[in-house]
Amino acid sequence: MPSLPFQDAVPVSWYLLLSAVLFTLGVAGFIIRRNIITVFMCIELMLNAVNLSFVTFANQHRQVSGQIFTFFVMVVAAAEAAVGLAIILTVFKNRDTLNIDEINTLKN
Amino acid sequence: MVFFIITLIKLALIAFVLLTALAYLQWVERKVIAHVQVRMGPSRVGPHGLLQPLADVIKLITKEGVIPPHVNKFFYLGAPFLAVFMALISISVIPFGTQISAFGYTTQMQLTDVNVGLLVILAISSMGVYGIALAGWASNNKYSLLGGLRSSAQMISYELPLSLALAAPLLMVGTLSLREVVNGQAGFQLGFIPKWTIFSFPSPQIFSFLIFMIAAFAETNRVPFDLPEAENELVAGFHVEYSSMKFAAFFMAEYANMVTVCSVATLLFLGGWQPLWPVEYGSNFLAPAILFLAGAICIYHGINWARPLDKYTLPAFGVIFFLLAGLMAFPPVVPVLMPIFWFCAKLGILLFVFVWIRATLPRLRYDQLMGFAWKFLFPVALLNLLVTGLLVALFS
Amino acid sequence: MNLFFFLLFAIIAVVCAVSVVAQRHPISSALSLIGVMGSLAVLYLLLGAEFIATAQIIVYAGAVMVLFIFVIMLLNAGAEDRGGKRSLLASALGVPAIVALLGVLCYFVQRWFPNAGTVQFDAWRGGSAQAFGYALFTDYLLPFEVTSVLILIAIIGAIVLARKELD
Repeated sequence: MPSLPFQDAVPVSWYLLLSAVLFTLGVAGFIIRRNIITVFMCIELMLNAVNLSFVTFANQHRQVSGQIFTFFVMVVAAAEAAVGLAIILTVFKNRDTLNIDEINTLKN
Repeated sequence: MVFFIITLIKLALIAFVLLTALAYLQWVERKVIAHVQVRMGPSRVGPHGLLQPLADVIKLITKEGVIPPHVNKFFYLGAPFLAVFMALISISVIPFGTQISAFGYTTQMQLTDVNVGLLVILAISSMGVYGIALAGWASNNKYSLLGGLRSSAQMISYELPLSLALAAPLLMVGTLSLREVVNGQAGFQLGFIPKWTIFSFPSPQIFSFLIFMIAAFAETNRVPFDLPEAENELVAGFHVEYSSMKFAAFFMAEYANMVTVCSVATLLFLGGWQPLWPVEYGSNFLAPAILFLAGAICIYHGINWARPLDKYTLPAFGVIFFLLAGLMAFPPVVPVLMPIFWFCAKLGILLFVFVWIRATLPRLRYDQLMGFAWKFLFPVALLNLLVTGLLVALFS
Repeated sequence: MNLFFFLLFAIIAVVCAVSVVAQRHPISSALSLIGVMGSLAVLYLLLGAEFIATAQIIVYAGAVMVLFIFVIMLLNAGAEDRGGKRSLLASALGVPAIVALLGVLCYFVQRWFPNAGTVQFDAWRGGSAQAFGYALFTDYLLPFEVTSVLILIAIIGAIVLARKELD
C-alpha cells in the first residue's frame, strides 16, 4: 500500500460526535413522531447512539468493559422490545389507534 | 496487489461454481422427487433433462416482468434482491478445503477466514427473513401478507433451537473460526473412529445434529415447514405477486440458504473435509473408486441401451467419469482435491436428505409448527447444551 | 482506509437516522433503522469490537427489528397523517431546542475529549469473542445472571400481556 499524505486514523471525538448526532436525531424523532411504533424505534435509535459511545470508550481505554455495557444495553433493549410491543398490541386492540395523541385517557 | 488478484479469482470461481450448482440443484431436486414418486422427471431438454436448468434460466429471463399496480414499488422490487443478496453473501466465510499452492502463491480455499465466522453466518441468515417479510408486505395481498407474517414468526422461533444446537459442538472445539472448527476435528479415536463432533468423546453431538437439521428445515422454509408458501392454503404465500427473474430470485435464495445450512452442518458436526476413515486404510481411493464405478455403470447401460439416444450419451458420460476418476487418483493433486471431495460428498448427502424429506413428508399445521418449536425443540436444545457443557467440563 | 470507511458508514448512519425520523410510513422507518444498525455494526468492527458487531446484527437487526416489522405488518399500520394542529410553542421552539441539545453534546465532547487519541483498525484486539466471554463470565458474572432473570421476567410479561387479549 502506498503511504497516504495524512495520518490514516480517525480521532476518537469524531465517533463521539457521530454518537451525539444520532442521539439528537433519536430525541427529535421521539418528540415529533405520533405513531407509537415509530416513537419506540426512536428510543432504540438513542440506545444505539449510546452504544456507539460505549464501544468507542472501550477502544480508547483499551478495556473490554465498555463492550460489556453495550451487551447489557442490547439485552435490555431486546427485553424492552418484547414487552413494549406486547403493550402496543394490547393498546391497539383496546383503542384501535396507534396515534399517541389519541391515547391520552387512563381509563375508557 | 497479489492478494486482491487472488481474491478476485477466487471470488469469480466460487460465484460461478455456486450459481451453476444452484441451478443444477433444482434439476437434482426435480429428478429425485420424480423418482421417489415413480415418474421420469425432466427428460426432454438435453440427455436426461440435463439442459433443463439452462432452459429454465432463459425462460425466466425472457419472461415479462409483471408489476401489479397495487404494490409498494420500492419494497416490492427490493425484497427479492435483499433475499438473494443475504443468501449468497454468507457463502463467503465458508471454507471448503485446506489450501492450494500455485505459481508460488499459497491461498486458503475460502474467501475470508473470519475469527467469528459462525456468528457472521448466523447474523446474515437472521437478516434473510426481511426479504420474505417485505415481499409479503409490499405485495399488498392478503395471502402474501399471511405468508410474510408466518415466515417472520417461524424464523425467529426456530433461530433459538438452531443457535443452541450450534453452541453445543462449539463447546467441544472451543473456537468460532470455521477453519479452526474443522482443524479441531482432525484425527481419529481408537485408530479408526473420526473425531467429528457428531461421534467424538466425551459427548457425541447426535442430538445437536438432529435439532440443527430440524431447525434448518424451518429456517430455509422447506417441507415439512414450508408454511410461508403453502400452495393449497395461501396460493403461494409471499411470492404470489412475483414473476420472471424476481420470482427466480426467491428460489435462488432458498437453494443458496439450503447450501449454507448444509455447509454449516458439515463443518460443525461432520468434520468438514476430514475423511471418514484414515488415509492409511485407503480413504483416498474412495473418490476414484466411486467415479470409476459410475463410469462403468454408464458404459454398461450405454451398451445395453433402453432408448436409442442412450447409445451416445451414456458412453460419453462414462468417459467423463473415467477421466475424473483418473484425475482424483493422480498423486500431485490428491492433497488438493481430496478435501474438496469429502466436503462436497458430505454436503451432497445432506442436500439429498433435504430433497428426500420434501418428497416424503406432509406439511405441518401452523399451530403444530410453533408448538413444536417452543414446547419441544427449544427445551430439548437447552437440555442438550447443559448436558454437553457438563460432560465437557467433567472430562477436560 | 480508516478514514474512508469511517466517513462512509458515518454518513450512511446519519442519512438513515434522518430517514427514521422523517419517513411517514412505519415500515420505511423500521428499514432505515436497520440501516443505522448495520452501519453501526461496521463501525464497531473498526473499533475492534468484533463480537459486539455480530451481536448487534443478530440481536438488534435480526431479532428486535423483526419483531417491530412483525407488529407493523400485523397491525397493518398505515402512513402517519401530518395534518392536525400542533402546539404553537412546540413548532416555535422545537428546532432551536434540538439544535441546542446537539450543541451542548458537541461542546462537552470537544471540551472533555479534545486530544483523546485516535482509532485505528487492528490496533487493539481486545474485543475478540474469547476476551469478551472471559470478562463476561468472571468480572461481570453477577450482572450477567441478573440480566437472565430480567429476560425471564420480560418473557413472562409478554406472555401475560398477550394472554389477556385472548380472552
